[in-house]
Amino acid sequence: MLNVTGLTVKYGSLSVITDLAFSLEPGSFTALLGANGTGKSSLLKGIAGVIPASGGVSLQDRKNLQPHQRGDSIAYMPQDTGATSSLTVIEVILLGRLRSLGMQVPRSLENEAISILSGFGLGALETRTLEEISGGQRQLVYLAQSLFRNPDILLLDEPTAALDLRHQLIVLDRVSSHCRKNGTIAIAAMHDLSLAAKCADRLICMSDGKIVADGKPTEVLSVSLIRDLYGVEADLVTGSNGILHITPLNAVELEKTVSPV
Amino acid sequence: MPLPENELIMTSQTIKSYRQLVARRFFWALFTASGLAIIIIIDILVGPAFLNVFDVLASLVLPKASVDPMVYVIVHSIRLPMTLMAILVGASLGIAGAQMQTILGNPLASPYTLGFSAAAGFGAAVVILFGLQLPLIPEFTVPVAAFLTASLACALVYGFAHVRGITSEIMILAGIATLFLFQSLQSLIQYLAAPEVLQEIVFWLFGSMLKATWFSVSVSGGILLISILLLARDSWKLTALRLGDERARSLGINVPRLRLKIFIIVSFLTAGAVAFVGTIGFVGLVAPHIARMLVGEDQRLFMPVSGIMGAIVMVGASIASKVISPGAVVPIGIVTAIVGVPFLFALILTGKKRHW
Repeated sequence: MLNVTGLTVKYGSLSVITDLAFSLEPGSFTALLGANGTGKSSLLKGIAGVIPASGGVSLQDRKNLQPHQRGDSIAYMPQDTGATSSLTVIEVILLGRLRSLGMQVPRSLENEAISILSGFGLGALETRTLEEISGGQRQLVYLAQSLFRNPDILLLDEPTAALDLRHQLIVLDRVSSHCRKNGTIAIAAMHDLSLAAKCADRLICMSDGKIVADGKPTEVLSVSLIRDLYGVEADLVTGSNGILHITPLNAVELEKTVSPV
Repeated sequence: MPLPENELIMTSQTIKSYRQLVARRFFWALFTASGLAIIIIIDILVGPAFLNVFDVLASLVLPKASVDPMVYVIVHSIRLPMTLMAILVGASLGIAGAQMQTILGNPLASPYTLGFSAAAGFGAAVVILFGLQLPLIPEFTVPVAAFLTASLACALVYGFAHVRGITSEIMILAGIATLFLFQSLQSLIQYLAAPEVLQEIVFWLFGSMLKATWFSVSVSGGILLISILLLARDSWKLTALRLGDERARSLGINVPRLRLKIFIIVSFLTAGAVAFVGTIGFVGLVAPHIARMLVGEDQRLFMPVSGIMGAIVMVGASIASKVISPGAVVPIGIVTAIVGVPFLFALILTGKKRHW
């Protein structure tokens, strides 16, 4: 169980996340929704401990994990895939298990890394450098690295932003099956509402740094919520498989501030 | 769950090409080390007294009593300290440059471009201008002053970054400002100096292996050895830093602390190298680039090969400095770029990949 309590993130005097609290079950996949600048990335970074944040993050029996302790159990995948270097793809994956690496890398670890790469269809790229592959491929590499860490918590900032349709589905399927199999808790900031409704067990919707809706996709998503969150008129259709399909129609003025739950 | 058959085939192919990559990189590391060994012998051979290769090898490996005394003295008292100093200075500057480029994420970072060498030059120029001498050990006045001012430059860059945030941008900005500051102070001292003092200052600033002694070899070697041991402990963290600060932090690395620690090690490494032989600028910039082209950025090979390449450039420059003007030794700082630039250009032009 992940417990986030009283999480507040400030940039200087500007508060972008205020006193957020929620709990997530092991094996669950939660999509974090909201317009640009509503604090989704800051929330993920605050939980990961990569930016200063007040409040508590606890995991099972480990109460109030300090930021420097979180790297062991939390894997955070930033949104930016632009950082390039002449590190090869296989080296990037291996870095996911930083603490297990010494002057000699165990063969078993190398084989495990290669196996994860092959699982993402990246086996042929493993000796290429990050500069030599596309932005979408880099996103897949970083995602493979996050799974290679085998974390308790997986925090993904727009994990499908640079991917084609097929890879969007493959990636989210792999993440949710990894969560179910290993009891990992995944939180992914997303903009594709239909994909979030299809893949996530739970949606947390944010506006102005606060949670304004929280629950299962079919319970949470509505025409009025989408209008309030994004300023967009949309069609919601429930498919024969029970999954919601959201079609954005046109942009409208954002009329009111949504009340926190 | 077992992997499907096509995935298994892909995995075994991937393992094979990964092993080939590792083998290729080890080959380059061994090749450069062998190249260094060969030019070390050439450097000891080259000089006004014509020695043959067998005499040189014999004086290096056989006991003193079984070697021609004159050859033994030339090799052990004159040429070996100079060659070893060239190796140590080159390796120190190569490794210092590699780590500067790594922690600052900038291909132009080096001990020279961040002002450490200029600061060392300023320290040396001050004591030469005022004729200052340390009690008991007057011959070490210039190296001590150079070491202290190079360390002062490091403290200046760090102090500025500490106030404004230990980011690569702030450190580069502070380093470039430090470079200009100490270059200006150096120029001021040269302007004020009498002609004979100016000649002495300029000779020091050019950089020369003629200043090498067994003592300077021991000090520079000791600093290099300690630095390598400290840097090797963080080799994977340094490799991870090439993914950017945010990703490194997400892997549990305390990035500002790592950056500060490496910065201090690099400062001592640079100060220990330039204090005894003078300002040498080009090696710290070019050696890491050559190493990156050959073995990539995995620090387990990148750091040692940067050191080896730095040593190759310096020893190569040492040979050139003796050959250019027979009977005299041109200051090595003048020829490092002349030797290194064609080598770097050849690698860039023949390489297939971009490395930054």
